[in-house]
Amino acid sequence: MAKVLMKGNEAIAEAAIRAGANNYFCYPITPQTEVAEYLAKRMPEVGGVFLQAESEVAVGNIVFGAASTGKRVFTTSSSPGISLMQEAISYMAGAQLPCVILNIMRGGPGLGGILPAQSDYFQATKGGGHGDYRLLVLAPSTIQEAVDLTMLACHLADKYRNPVMIIGDGMIGQMMEPVEFPENYTEPELPTKDTWAATGAKGRKPRVIKSLFLDPYKLEDNSVVLYNKYQQMKKDEVRFELYKTSTKNKVLIVSYGTMARICQTVIDELEEEGVSVGLFRPITVYPFPEAALEKEATRKNIDTVLTVEMSMGQMVEDVERAIARRRPVEFFGRTGGIVPTPDEVKKQIKELIKKKHGAKTRQSTTKSKKKG
Amino acid sequence: MSEQTKTIFSRPEGLQETVTHYCPGCTHGVIHRLVAEVFDELDIRERTVGVAPVGCSVLAYNYFNCDFLEAPHGRAPALATGFKRLRPDMIVFTYQGDGDLASIGMAEIVHAANRGEKFTTIFVNNAIYGMTGGQMAPTTLSGQITTTCPAGRDVSQTGEPIRVSEMLATLNTPAYLERVSVDSPMQIIKAKKAIKKAFQYQVEGKCFSLVEVLSTCPTNWGKTPAESTQWLRDNMMPYFPLGLCKSPDSKEGN
Repeated sequence: MAKVLMKGNEAIAEAAIRAGANNYFCYPITPQTEVAEYLAKRMPEVGGVFLQAESEVAVGNIVFGAASTGKRVFTTSSSPGISLMQEAISYMAGAQLPCVILNIMRGGPGLGGILPAQSDYFQATKGGGHGDYRLLVLAPSTIQEAVDLTMLACHLADKYRNPVMIIGDGMIGQMMEPVEFPENYTEPELPTKDTWAATGAKGRKPRVIKSLFLDPYKLEDNSVVLYNKYQQMKKDEVRFELYKTSTKNKVLIVSYGTMARICQTVIDELEEEGVSVGLFRPITVYPFPEAALEKEATRKNIDTVLTVEMSMGQMVEDVERAIARRRPVEFFGRTGGIVPTPDEVKKQIKELIKKKHGAKTRQSTTKSKKKG
Repeated sequence: MSEQTKTIFSRPEGLQETVTHYCPGCTHGVIHRLVAEVFDELDIRERTVGVAPVGCSVLAYNYFNCDFLEAPHGRAPALATGFKRLRPDMIVFTYQGDGDLASIGMAEIVHAANRGEKFTTIFVNNAIYGMTGGQMAPTTLSGQITTTCPAGRDVSQTGEPIRVSEMLATLNTPAYLERVSVDSPMQIIKAKKAIKKAFQYQVEGKCFSLVEVLSTCPTNWGKTPAESTQWLRDNMMPYFPLGLCKSPDSKEGN
């Protein structure tokens, strides 16, 4: 299929349809409303279900009910709306229901702003709702990757019977890029849904889809079942990408999503200046590629690891955990809707290198700090 | 069985053979049975999915003999919406108390009713939160004593009790809304008719349907079962009048 120029939000919407997630529920919120507008037109064409509900609280729970049928269900929102969905997300994780949730992140906390941010990392990866559960979380850095990961998310949700979240910053939603949809999309075989979906108790015992286990031993058993799934994800679903990593690197950048792309520009420009820097880009942020990162970050040539995020520092905690003090982990971030420029990041890297290799510069940094 | 004997009363297929956790004198058991009898009479049990609330009937899935979803508090109409939109061929019902439906879940029931979602709600109104031990509900009557209004509900501070069926009847979208009671055999027969009608409308794909059932809570009202049914007649019925609130077939009741 030929490439088409599409806005991120619309490309993701189309990708969900191509992956058979023909059931979509929504509530308008900037900067992802184009998904809803696109699917309002597109769903009737493919005989799918489109419904705008009264709130994200309702949307989350409509998704819960819809997912109980065993069919693929998709919803999208942005940060404050995703907060409202946490109730249903926790229940769905507990009841082992698959669904795909897109968060086009905007700055927070609270109403925050409408510009791109990566400040919902904790919420997405550490369990935004109550209870012992995890989401499988994918973080695209291009529109093409957003398409591919949306289709993958539909598969993984069914494979693990767990909600899968795609986190993109506002840039991923709003930017236009050429994308290509797979011609004849096929998926590896999935386990049958006819062991758990509510389809009517005809010729079988009634099925109950629930997260309530009043017997503490049964509740613990359920948590162990969930835990084992997350361990399996850690084994089989870790995804990441390396960019210009080599034995010449002094600094390794860890960054994801749009921020990682900006870091690629930084790395290209520094390369021309004779400074060798590599990039480690997590694609799954849960499960976090900790073993792979540890390996890359602790290579002999690496002096420092720099985590760059559009937040005040969230993923950096996973980076620190993975590296376990074997290398210094530095952080640079802007937030509130401010996207760091390549020059800002470059400046940080140059300062880090000077700090490591030139005592003079370190003194002058201290001096300037005193002045400030 | 000999030719002379005939079974005229038995457990409906729609109910499981089990002991319920409901308190003595509670009317949930009667209402469960009426719903289950309707499953049998309309032959819909095998294609029915229930949605349980949070509240005393949270374990309804252990008593009904059909597939069930267990919803977060108040969200049963949202789950029912999602399920029914994807499976319009199935029969979907929510079973909710007054705290669940009229307090935390008010937005969900109003919007589901207004969208004309083709499912059925059995709304059990006993004017109190039962499972948490007798707190004030949006339907608690003026002056009624509960653990969170120990001096009696002061409507100058908490507002007047909400009449859900009348409120939903103000929506323009067609619906079947009827308030019934299960305080006496005669009322139970009427309640059964209303519940059957509600499911019948759903089978026909006609409209949203809700039956509000006035119910007792002897444990948290601090009364015997007999005193409770009398209290319901004397206090609830005047404020929550029985009868049809809205019908999709006519303007009757509007």
